[in-house]
Amino acid sequence: MINLDEINTVYFDVLKEIGNIGAGNATTALAKMLDMKIDMKVPNVQLLEFKDLAAVISSEDEPVMGILLEVESDIAGSMMFFLELDSAHYLVNKLMFKDPDCRDEFTEIELSALKEIGNIISGSYLSALSSLTNMTITSSIPYLCIDMAGAILSVPAIEFGKYGDKALLIQTEFGDEVRINGYFILLPELDSYEKILNSLGIQI
Amino acid sequence: MNIIKVGMADLNICKSPDMITTLGLGSCVGITLYDPVTKIGGLAHVMLPDSTQIRNNTNIAKFADTGIDELLKRVLAAGANRGRLQAKIAGGAKMFAVSGSSDMGRIGDRNAEAARTKLKELGIKLLVDETGLNFGRTIELYCETGELHIKAVGKPEKVV
Repeated sequence: MINLDEINTVYFDVLKEIGNIGAGNATTALAKMLDMKIDMKVPNVQLLEFKDLAAVISSEDEPVMGILLEVESDIAGSMMFFLELDSAHYLVNKLMFKDPDCRDEFTEIELSALKEIGNIISGSYLSALSSLTNMTITSSIPYLCIDMAGAILSVPAIEFGKYGDKALLIQTEFGDEVRINGYFILLPELDSYEKILNSLGIQI
Repeated sequence: MNIIKVGMADLNICKSPDMITTLGLGSCVGITLYDPVTKIGGLAHVMLPDSTQIRNNTNIAKFADTGIDELLKRVLAAGANRGRLQAKIAGGAKMFAVSGSSDMGRIGDRNAEAARTKLKELGIKLLVDETGLNFGRTIELYCETGELHIKAVGKPEKVV
């Protein structure tokens, strides 16, 4: 049985590489949608203790945006994508041709645009994972939540909590002149971890 | 006044005039115990309902059952009187509107239920139950007064 607290660095590298390929897939779609030149990379993959998780993204009680997709087919689990609220505002203002400094509450259509951005980025990651592992991976519609970082992060932390005391955070950075930090958390169920690693030829 | 911070899957105790807090409870549940005479209190931030369902269960503060046991032990050791203890719980929200049948969608409710069951089993009076719904909460227990302050994004602070 795999112990998530003892995942080796090879696995980190693999996840990071999948992230970079996924990021490549996402840029075209995002660049079209946002009408800006975008490059994207995955600079960092970290295994963190729960208590440090929220602090990486924001202070625990600061609001952030989280998008959740349920993952099905050959592997089961879910995937989350987080953005600082400020970055979410920046993207929406860009998309809606609004004043870049506008911080009004998101409208219904803006929320739906943000869901789509989360969907494109997460979907690109999943499709990279799918093509590298030769597995069929499908995802649900995106669910969005804007609330305290700690509260949103409790959702993936609980999923990881069933297997260990740490969670795997994949940082992604994208944008043009303004760099935007987003974070993924991939949450396969335990037997799906083994499936992913086995299909990549990694022995555990 | 000192502020004692409790993280996720963590617990601690607190004495007057200090305050103990945990930030951003989502589907997790925060349980406070308080003795109004000695003004000794404690707070646990639990993530999962039942330690017996999980293989890797060394962190006892992670589970409602073992977490509340340990919290009780710690407040009693600090000088609280068991008969006077009052419990308050908050959190257990459903953060994402995922389909009702999935385990992820029900975990908040299950955590809150497990906390209630455990407190009942231990014979500790549950004074406040601010659980469920779909938003995060920050809670602060002021040991001077025993008041629990509950904060949420875009909502007025609640004192219970």
